[in-house]
Amino acid sequence: MNRMNRDQMAERVARDIPEGAYVNLGIGLPTKVANYLPQEREIFLQSENGLLGMGPAPAPGEEDWELINAGKQAVTLLTGGCFFHHADSFAMMRAGHIDICVLGAFQVSVKGDLANWHTGERQAIPAVGGAMDLAIGAKQTFVMMELLTKQDESKLVEACTYPLTGLGCVSRVYTDLAVFDVGADGARVVEMVDGLSIEELRRLTGVPLAAAEMQPV
Amino acid sequence: MIDKAAASPQAAVADIFDGAAVMIGGFGTAGMPDELIDALIAKGVGNLTIINNNAGNGESGVAALIREGRVRKIVCSFPRQSDSHHFDAAYRAGRIELELVPQGNLAARIQAAGAGLGAIFTPTGYGTLLAEGKETREIDGRHYVLEYPIHADFALIKAQRADRWGNLVYRKTARNFGPIMAMAAKTAIAQVADIVPLGEIDPEVVVTPGIFVQRVVQIDPLASKLEQAA
Repeated sequence: MNRMNRDQMAERVARDIPEGAYVNLGIGLPTKVANYLPQEREIFLQSENGLLGMGPAPAPGEEDWELINAGKQAVTLLTGGCFFHHADSFAMMRAGHIDICVLGAFQVSVKGDLANWHTGERQAIPAVGGAMDLAIGAKQTFVMMELLTKQDESKLVEACTYPLTGLGCVSRVYTDLAVFDVGADGARVVEMVDGLSIEELRRLTGVPLAAAEMQPV
Repeated sequence: MIDKAAASPQAAVADIFDGAAVMIGGFGTAGMPDELIDALIAKGVGNLTIINNNAGNGESGVAALIREGRVRKIVCSFPRQSDSHHFDAAYRAGRIELELVPQGNLAARIQAAGAGLGAIFTPTGYGTLLAEGKETREIDGRHYVLEYPIHADFALIKAQRADRWGNLVYRKTARNFGPIMAMAAKTAIAQVADIVPLGEIDPEVVVTPGIFVQRVVQIDPLASKLEQAA
């Protein structure tokens, strides 16, 4: 089967982000989505540290370390972009002004519960950042992750075993093998890569999966 | 004549006392008031409670305060980073207490203190470890957690420009927690790149009104860069 690489996954997520959307891309894999947003669409990228209208990385040597993103990398501001303080930034998330946020995950449950901040290991130093606010605040929360761990365990699960980030907050999960809708009614397969059957997907994930009208990826 | 300008960073932090709760602006190093923190370290007070988004990066700012053993407790959202080694070591050795707060709740609790609110109900964290044991309420079908304001004795923040009445404007993403911390602390101290005469800051663009700022101190950014390079 044609497993998608991380760039293909980013390209797939980008296809679902419409003109005019206010979007927050989480740290890590989701930041790749910015590379694939179609030029002809005006999309507003928000960064939790207080900017709207985030542009690409500056040319080497042009970095301004007071113009950074949530991952503390140097970025630029698009013409028309603006700055604001942290309380306004999180108001944008919490009150659903942000249309879409895209997050990485350790696990997502078929009901849309998200675990992405803490492995629960005793010696680990916990850090949560804006993950909990982002997860529950945006109108739609998308997760982007490889479907299986390195040990071939499914990260789409019946119930999360890692500490939760938010309850019932994820609506769609983009993986290297399939796209799923999740929520109160459980998980539904939206798309699969070529050469994969729903029976095989059920075997790999071990969770109940409803089939949607299939479309080629 | 009211002039909130302090003569030096040392003068600006002179009344910060042992055991004080100190908010420090900045997201990573953007907006971190390094010179005020250096003055605080030189002053020698300890046993501090620090409120910041992170727990220090590299060797400067909050990281230096932790390295010097001045911090009893830190309230933050994202302590663990690739360059937070001073915090990591202090935490693992049991020398520092950590209160981990989701970033939006941190902002909302600071803002609540500055706005005179007794508490807030926030949806963030509901059903998670970080809300364990906390009061919750269902309002219009959504679940909320009761969280209390975060007050502080002092706020150390960085802005771009001030006048002698303490009106502030900021620079790019260095603004972050500055405006809400200035409101929440009993004494807010801002280091700025320049102090301009009254009227030179367009009243329509003032971000932090001077009522929230007790002291400003001018730190020439060029001089501080040269000092770092030396």
